[in-house]
Amino acid sequence: MSQAMRGFLLVLAVVSLPLWAAAIDPYVFDNPEQEARFKALSAELRCLVCQNQSIGDSNAELAQDLRREIYGMIKTGLSDKEIVDFMVDRYGDFVLYRPPVKSSTMLLWLGPFVMVVVGLIALVVYIRRRTQEPKTQEAELSAEERARFEALVQTENKQADS
Amino acid sequence: MKARFLIPLVAFLALLGLFYVGLGLNPREVPSPLIDKAAPQFNLAQLHEPEKTIGTADFRGQVVMLNVWASWCVACRQEHPLLVEISKRNEVPIYGLNYKDEPADAKNWLDRLGNPYLVSAADRDGRVGIDWGVYGVPETFVVDKKGVIRYKQIGPITLDAWNNKIKPLVEQLRQEQG
Repeated sequence: MSQAMRGFLLVLAVVSLPLWAAAIDPYVFDNPEQEARFKALSAELRCLVCQNQSIGDSNAELAQDLRREIYGMIKTGLSDKEIVDFMVDRYGDFVLYRPPVKSSTMLLWLGPFVMVVVGLIALVVYIRRRTQEPKTQEAELSAEERARFEALVQTENKQADS
Repeated sequence: MKARFLIPLVAFLALLGLFYVGLGLNPREVPSPLIDKAAPQFNLAQLHEPEKTIGTADFRGQVVMLNVWASWCVACRQEHPLLVEISKRNEVPIYGLNYKDEPADAKNWLDRLGNPYLVSAADRDGRVGIDWGVYGVPETFVVDKKGVIRYKQIGPITLDAWNNKIKPLVEQLRQEQG
């Protein structure tokens, strides 16, 4: 293996380290469905310590503890809903990584769409108003102003020629 | 002045209002869903006398503060002098929930900094903490005579929080029936 090749592989290995650092717990499941449920639940619940990560991604101690709880509950035979309810009972709706769709969160869910619609309406109204305005807004020049205009144009022409 | 010039001004003032309220809030704070609900039951070994136990059953009939603490918790040191003072004045019984700690470290810590707790419960693996919705240390709960959680302090108890929220609440709860 050439020096360059070795260097490249080393860099590749080091750069890919974050991939290996995903939370790995020594949990053994009875069947693949359980493991899939565990992974799904871990992704749907928020880590309360690192609040922009799910329990599955976070290595905070609380996240580890909660994963242990989820594992225990799956093995005991609790349903997904029961496990989620367990978490929400203790930590509130914020523990759900995806905010629930309730009357109190309607503004959160619909807000962006409402704002886009409002923005589009404002844009349309603005454009229509612009295109409907008369093109020439200038008032007619009075006779005196016209004379001054002519004089100025003459002097400019003279300066341009010289 | 045309009405449409007022629209940006009104919008700006509305935004100002929202910012004033919003920036004053702490986005990391997770309000507890356990307020006004029965305190999660527990019964743990005591920190100083592990052959004995302490639990929610022992709190019945009195207004208590349950303070979640640990020797590894830096922020706990901020509120500790206040807790020691409160316990010296016997203002409210303070029980400790020693969260995910080594008993030896915990006892040393109390020896050095003072022990405001009537009894500390040793929550070695943090499962009782999970039941109470603990996500950071320190946290403090005020439990009334009937065993209902009435208040949760997230983070260290400040003098301000004690004087303006917790102490008046404790006094009010004392008036209630047990």
